[in-house]
Amino acid sequence: MTHLHSVMPTIGPLLPEIMMAVGAMALLMYGAFRGERSVEGVNVGALILLILTFFVVVSGHGKITTLSGAFISDNFSRIMKALILIGSAATILLSRDYFQRERIDRFEYPVLILLCTTGMMVMASANDLISLYLGLELQSLAAYVIAAFHRDDVKSTEAGLKYFVLGALSSGMLLYGASLVYGFTGTVSFPGIVTALNSDSTGLGIVLGIVFIAAGVCFKLAAVPFHMWTPDVYEGAPTPVTAFFASAPKMAAMAMTVRVFIGAFPDVTAIWQQIIIFVSIASMALGSFAAIGQKNIKRLLAYSSIGNVGYALIGLAAGTEEGVRGVVVYMLIYLAMTLGGFAVLLAMRRKNQMYETIDDLSGLSRTHPWLAFCLAAMMFSLAGVPPLAGFFGKFYVFAAAIKAGLVTTAVIGVVTSVVGAFYYLRVVKVMYFDEPREAYEPMPPGIRIVLGLSSALVVLFFLVPAPLVAAAGAAAKSLF
Amino acid sequence: MTAAAAFFYLFAGFAIASGFMVIAARNPVTSVLFLILAFVNAAGLFVLMGAEFLAMILVVVYVGAVAVLFLFVVMMLDVDFAALRQGFQQYLPIGGLIGAIFAIELILVVGSWAIDPGIVRTPIGQTAASEGLTNTQALGRVLYTDYAYFFQIAGLVLLVAMIGAIVLTLRDRPGVKRQNIAVQNARTQAMAVETRKVPSRQGVEV
Repeated sequence: MTHLHSVMPTIGPLLPEIMMAVGAMALLMYGAFRGERSVEGVNVGALILLILTFFVVVSGHGKITTLSGAFISDNFSRIMKALILIGSAATILLSRDYFQRERIDRFEYPVLILLCTTGMMVMASANDLISLYLGLELQSLAAYVIAAFHRDDVKSTEAGLKYFVLGALSSGMLLYGASLVYGFTGTVSFPGIVTALNSDSTGLGIVLGIVFIAAGVCFKLAAVPFHMWTPDVYEGAPTPVTAFFASAPKMAAMAMTVRVFIGAFPDVTAIWQQIIIFVSIASMALGSFAAIGQKNIKRLLAYSSIGNVGYALIGLAAGTEEGVRGVVVYMLIYLAMTLGGFAVLLAMRRKNQMYETIDDLSGLSRTHPWLAFCLAAMMFSLAGVPPLAGFFGKFYVFAAAIKAGLVTTAVIGVVTSVVGAFYYLRVVKVMYFDEPREAYEPMPPGIRIVLGLSSALVVLFFLVPAPLVAAAGAAAKSLF
Repeated sequence: MTAAAAFFYLFAGFAIASGFMVIAARNPVTSVLFLILAFVNAAGLFVLMGAEFLAMILVVVYVGAVAVLFLFVVMMLDVDFAALRQGFQQYLPIGGLIGAIFAIELILVVGSWAIDPGIVRTPIGQTAASEGLTNTQALGRVLYTDYAYFFQIAGLVLLVAMIGAIVLTLRDRPGVKRQNIAVQNARTQAMAVETRKVPSRQGVEV
């Protein structure tokens, strides 16, 4: 027997992922053995696990690559993981009451959220194409299941099936692109690809590979022209699940996009920049114009998320350190706005009936002044009105774009955000100037916490933007 | 003619013949069985090339899982193949035309290929064999060392698939009678038998 050449790799940087995976499996065992009575315990356990992992993630420092270069832990991956964990924890807080009332509260739900989160963390830390793809599959597979979690509801199962079929298609495209890139560079690791592309002239195969990878990631980001599934899936899935899809997986998809393009193709910007610019402009335009006719708030938020991805991608299109900083700041603020918006949507309940159209919000300012105030803050922020947080998010990406010479894109972004302001402000008008309807039931504590925290961030961001922007700056710096 | 060449022609001939029978057989179950035969012969070809791991995987995955799954589907779904074959004559010209175009394109593309003679002469298993390892060992060494991380995540993906299948399909149906041995063992005479006094000429309510 010849001796083995490899030594045990450093697994210290993987601690958050290991915690999540082991924790999820432990909770699964607990749930499987305790049966139906374990739902409360598994939910609490999942929440505690997410919070603990969050602290482990933020306490890390430095830039470490391990596991033969497949895994990287740097400032960028840590900040994105922190955002992902916040999104997942908020989802668990938002879900509890809804799932109990709909009688679908089963212990598998938090376990699937945890496994999905593990996949997202793997994506954020991926430093080669294989770990990127595996993380993506872990995340997507869990997401398909929770989209169809309300299995006796036709809309939910339809959402799950649509998401599954289209998601599988997009994974196929990503994989095809990855195989082309591997074939033409001879390596799957991102630093290896950078070296290979530096030494070789870029062939057509690389261009094709990048195009297919871009198509795959745009699908996961729900960016135009790969957005068609978004409104249907968002509308059909149970509302807390929609809140999840609009928050944490977007962070992971954006982390993956930035990591692939900045990490693996930094010197062939010319190839992918035009794709990202096109996707970004198309997403912003569709997000603004298609949302105008929407009556359902879930669909409205779906289109809003498409538009928001477009704005964030402007920062990536710039391809500079400032651009990436803009992306991170934008995603952070988007997370708060989205979670706040969905918290309000989940609070709209009266006699066990959920309401989700814009008309149901009418006169909310008189029946629930604080709820109306919070939603108004979210809407003004999404419209980009200073001094709310949304303005700063847009400011950083537009500033980076102009510095990188993408003036046209920035101008189109400003124009579409003015169009978008129309439907955001219409919601405010309905709440403050229309006739009040019957009051909603009082909010459950989970929703109250999420709404309070996200509103606080959105309203008070302008007072102390420095630490968050500095953290985003450090994250961007670690990529260049 | 060496033994290897004889086996090659044996496996290749069987593979092609059973491949043809897959589409020619009248009974779909027979088709699936011929498909299995084709897989097994392809596995034999892999063994001849020194790729014994691929051969095993082909038998385990394709014969053991995929083909059996096909067999289940074919047997459980009552597909009327006679109805599917209707109109075969009618669509034959256009189908044949498309097939012919594809064949010509394939011949044109493949005919212009120049295959590096070095590749043809190198068996697949050679690189691993040169280090004194079979290719199963070589793959295992990479899989459980350098790629242990991927291996673990793939395991998690499978776990999610399993949880998902259970969550979405398993239902607790009311009214299903299950055997509970603990309860059976704990039964006492008092639980099972009721003693009543039967008054004469009146009977008891049951």
